[in-house]
Amino acid sequence: MNLSLETLLQLSIALPFFAVIAIVATGRKPNLREGVSIGTGLLLFYCVVMLYNGLKQGADIQVQWLEIIPGLGINFRIEPLGMLFALIASFLWIITTVYAIGYMRKHNEVKQTRFYSFFAIAISAVMGVAFAADLFTLFIFYEVLTLSTYPLVTHAGTDKAKAGGRVYLGILLSTSILFFLMAIISTWMVAGSLAFTAGGVFAGDVNLVLAGAILMLFVFGIGKAAIMPFHRWLPAAMVAPTPVSALLHAVAVVKAGVFSIMKVCVFIFGIDLLAILPSTQFLLYLAGITVLLSSLIAMRQDNLKARLAYSTISQLGYITIGALLATSAGVIGGSMHIAMHAFGKITLFFCAGAILVTAGKSKISEMQGLGWQMPVTMIAFFIASLSIIGVPPGGGTWSKWFLLMGTMETQQWALMVILMISSLLNIAYLLPIPLRGFFPKDSIDRSAITVNEAPLPSLMALSLTTVACVVLFVYPQPLYELVQAILNTPGVANGQ
Amino acid sequence: MAHLPILQVILPLLAAPLCLFLKRPKLVWLFACVVTALTFTISVLLVQQVTSTGVISYELGGWAPPWGIEYRIDALNAFVIMVVSGLSAVVLLAARTSLENELSSNRQTYFYALYLLSLTGMLGILATGDAFNVFVFLEISSLSAYALIAMGKDRRALWASYQYLIMGTIGATFILIGIGLMYQMTGTLNMQDLAERLPEVAQTRTVFVSFAFVVVGVCLKLALFPLHLWLPNAYAYAPSIVTAMLAATSTKVAIYLLIRFTFTVFGLSFSFTTLPLNILFLVLGLLGVFVASTSAIYQQNVKHIFAYSSIAQVGYMIVGISVGTAAGLSASLMHIFNHALMKGALFLALAGVMYRLGNVQLKSFQGLGRQMPLTMAAIVVGGLSLIGVPLTVGFISKWYLVVAMIENGWWPVAILILFGSLLAIIYLWRVVEVAYFRAPNKDNESVKEAPLGILIPTWILVLANVYFGVDTRINVQIAQMAAENLFGVAP
Repeated sequence: MNLSLETLLQLSIALPFFAVIAIVATGRKPNLREGVSIGTGLLLFYCVVMLYNGLKQGADIQVQWLEIIPGLGINFRIEPLGMLFALIASFLWIITTVYAIGYMRKHNEVKQTRFYSFFAIAISAVMGVAFAADLFTLFIFYEVLTLSTYPLVTHAGTDKAKAGGRVYLGILLSTSILFFLMAIISTWMVAGSLAFTAGGVFAGDVNLVLAGAILMLFVFGIGKAAIMPFHRWLPAAMVAPTPVSALLHAVAVVKAGVFSIMKVCVFIFGIDLLAILPSTQFLLYLAGITVLLSSLIAMRQDNLKARLAYSTISQLGYITIGALLATSAGVIGGSMHIAMHAFGKITLFFCAGAILVTAGKSKISEMQGLGWQMPVTMIAFFIASLSIIGVPPGGGTWSKWFLLMGTMETQQWALMVILMISSLLNIAYLLPIPLRGFFPKDSIDRSAITVNEAPLPSLMALSLTTVACVVLFVYPQPLYELVQAILNTPGVANGQ
Repeated sequence: MAHLPILQVILPLLAAPLCLFLKRPKLVWLFACVVTALTFTISVLLVQQVTSTGVISYELGGWAPPWGIEYRIDALNAFVIMVVSGLSAVVLLAARTSLENELSSNRQTYFYALYLLSLTGMLGILATGDAFNVFVFLEISSLSAYALIAMGKDRRALWASYQYLIMGTIGATFILIGIGLMYQMTGTLNMQDLAERLPEVAQTRTVFVSFAFVVVGVCLKLALFPLHLWLPNAYAYAPSIVTAMLAATSTKVAIYLLIRFTFTVFGLSFSFTTLPLNILFLVLGLLGVFVASTSAIYQQNVKHIFAYSSIAQVGYMIVGISVGTAAGLSASLMHIFNHALMKGALFLALAGVMYRLGNVQLKSFQGLGRQMPLTMAAIVVGGLSLIGVPLTVGFISKWYLVVAMIENGWWPVAILILFGSLLAIIYLWRVVEVAYFRAPNKDNESVKEAPLGILIPTWILVLANVYFGVDTRINVQIAQMAAENLFGVAP
């Protein structure tokens, strides 16, 4: 195929969106319907990889769609950070679809056509967020993402799902309208531009207090990054089917949040300005508190998905810290952690879903001895946990290494201590699950247990992401280069 | 072409009695649709003419102003005329189907006659450059509106219409008293003349009193908090088509009058410098937004929910006016256009529900997400526009309104405006949750999608909500032009 890079960029946003038509049309034939989903996923991933190659060769890929208000429109432009996010999301969409086939059928979920349709729209929105060239475009797709995932969160249609959906939509929409939109309009008024620019859009003589206030608005307004006190939506979203929790609430939605924060820090404020803003320090500590508190809360959760949700909040805090540290190491660590955490956490969620559909268990206290029944799942859980904790052979080792470097460089000793304590807490709340799975408190009769794993598609999916966690440890070079390219953009890292 | 300003008023006026000769409802409907379509075409031509060549002054009967009546079309009223005639035309498309279940066929002829009369009145108010003429047309449009509301199937419609009659008459009388006092002081009724002569006598108590009468009278008609009490019941118990028409057009005309009197006739410096109108409007506008939105949250009748929401939206427009800058005024003007599209779409969707269910109580909406997917989707999209989600017209209004506030240094107001959107989320989501998450009622299990006759006009407006949210040339540029013109005249 000889498509121009610009066409590929537009395709990568349009493909999943228009796949909805095919998904609805084939709704009565489940095999065909899932075929459409996977086919679209593969095509999308192909587009993104082609774009990645183009970007590596130094192409400047940008497209303008519309101009809504003079100076404001829907514009796309590819840069390394967005590329990273798009690669992760499009790749994991394929895997999650494979997983979902096993999960949704085994679990006898209703309204699967609706499920796959909104899933595709959400992916389309993620691509829009990843490739947005300015804040306005980012905001539009950010909102589309919120609205399109609402039907997924409330999928079960029960009172509990409805209550969860209310919290989900309530927090995400209100923070985005009240703070995020306000921050965008303020930026527009103060700087006169919303385009993501290397080195930031604010003039050198900008009022620091005002810019600091705008930064606060951004960090609170991007509710998807789940900085306390606006984190409640994430545990609430756990009423969704597990594939949704896995892709959207460990990868797409939450990463759209931290990705937006990263973008704002690097391309709206610029790390030089960020370092001298009065509110940065406060926000860093707030993120630190979020990391610590949510780790502590995670320890007290007996529901596996709830524990993973709080763990996600804590790990998102790491990435926000990376962005706010305003150093090269922080940006590298934070960006890498977007990828590392994505693969680790999606594996954990896949495992949680596998356990739920196969053994019917959602409480951690009931999972003792489960390792002998579901050995592959539990081993995968173990490896992915290591990656989240940040020890070899998990890819998370690298990102946490850079984050710690960042705290040292800026002499944020308190934050350094927080990150280390949190890693210990990670061990305490994640590792007992697989360990007790194989070595329960009360000895059990192993011969009575037969191996009974999750459906094959699901098992394949979770094995694949586990392998990816290890591969990212052994061979992190491409990822590192991509992240390094963010800083190589002229103007980004001047002051370092 | 030269007679366009009067043609668009005369056309529905002459057509209204003709309706009575055409006995068959379907025929009358077709006739009325043709008339409104023509009126809309004329209004588009007027907008083109105004934007290219400037203000059009038309002397009625060839009598030169200020002795004769002058029709004066500038960007401001051309814009509002387009909104009013356009929305009336689209809403009327749904009338035939919707009335089948809401009005006996022998009264439908009267309905169309009254509808056209009401339209005549509104277009007359918008087109005329003569203060007394405003009062005449105001009475035409109001009296026909009272009768239209009273046609509602529910017996309470009579009471609602009566309430509106009392309040509306008080409002109209106040306006008349105000105009009379102005005439006493200046000896003229022509608006341009008034604008020239009023400053000479601006410091007299009579002018203050006349200003107060006019503003209060107009605010009664536009349902500004706390003068809004007539509105919810009038909207809720009128026939669905009438509700859609009133919500999309009649308050907009009143807002236009307010702008015309405060900015053109009395002048900016009198209204905003001599008198503290800006603070008054700001406070009442914001109170309107919050009180009405909060009331909307607690309503059980969906028409009531959207009626209270209309009062809140009027609040936004008043806040925009209160800033006293061109940016604020143009934001209000955009919201006139945008709100007409949102509420037109929402109330037409409700007309569809009314057609199938016979009521619009919230509890009857159970399960409608499945049974009437297109109608409910229309409510969702219209609702998102009401909240102000990007890519809908609602976002455009919110954006310009907030920018206008910040430009003026009113940061807290900007935040309050955004906060108001959150209340809109709550009252809309109550409807969405009931429609999509509850199993249908026993007696509603056989309900089907609304008929095409209602569905098509509804979706025309829904798509317009999205289209004008993306292509903002018409709603933004003309509104800005109109606002700048007003500020050019009265710096």
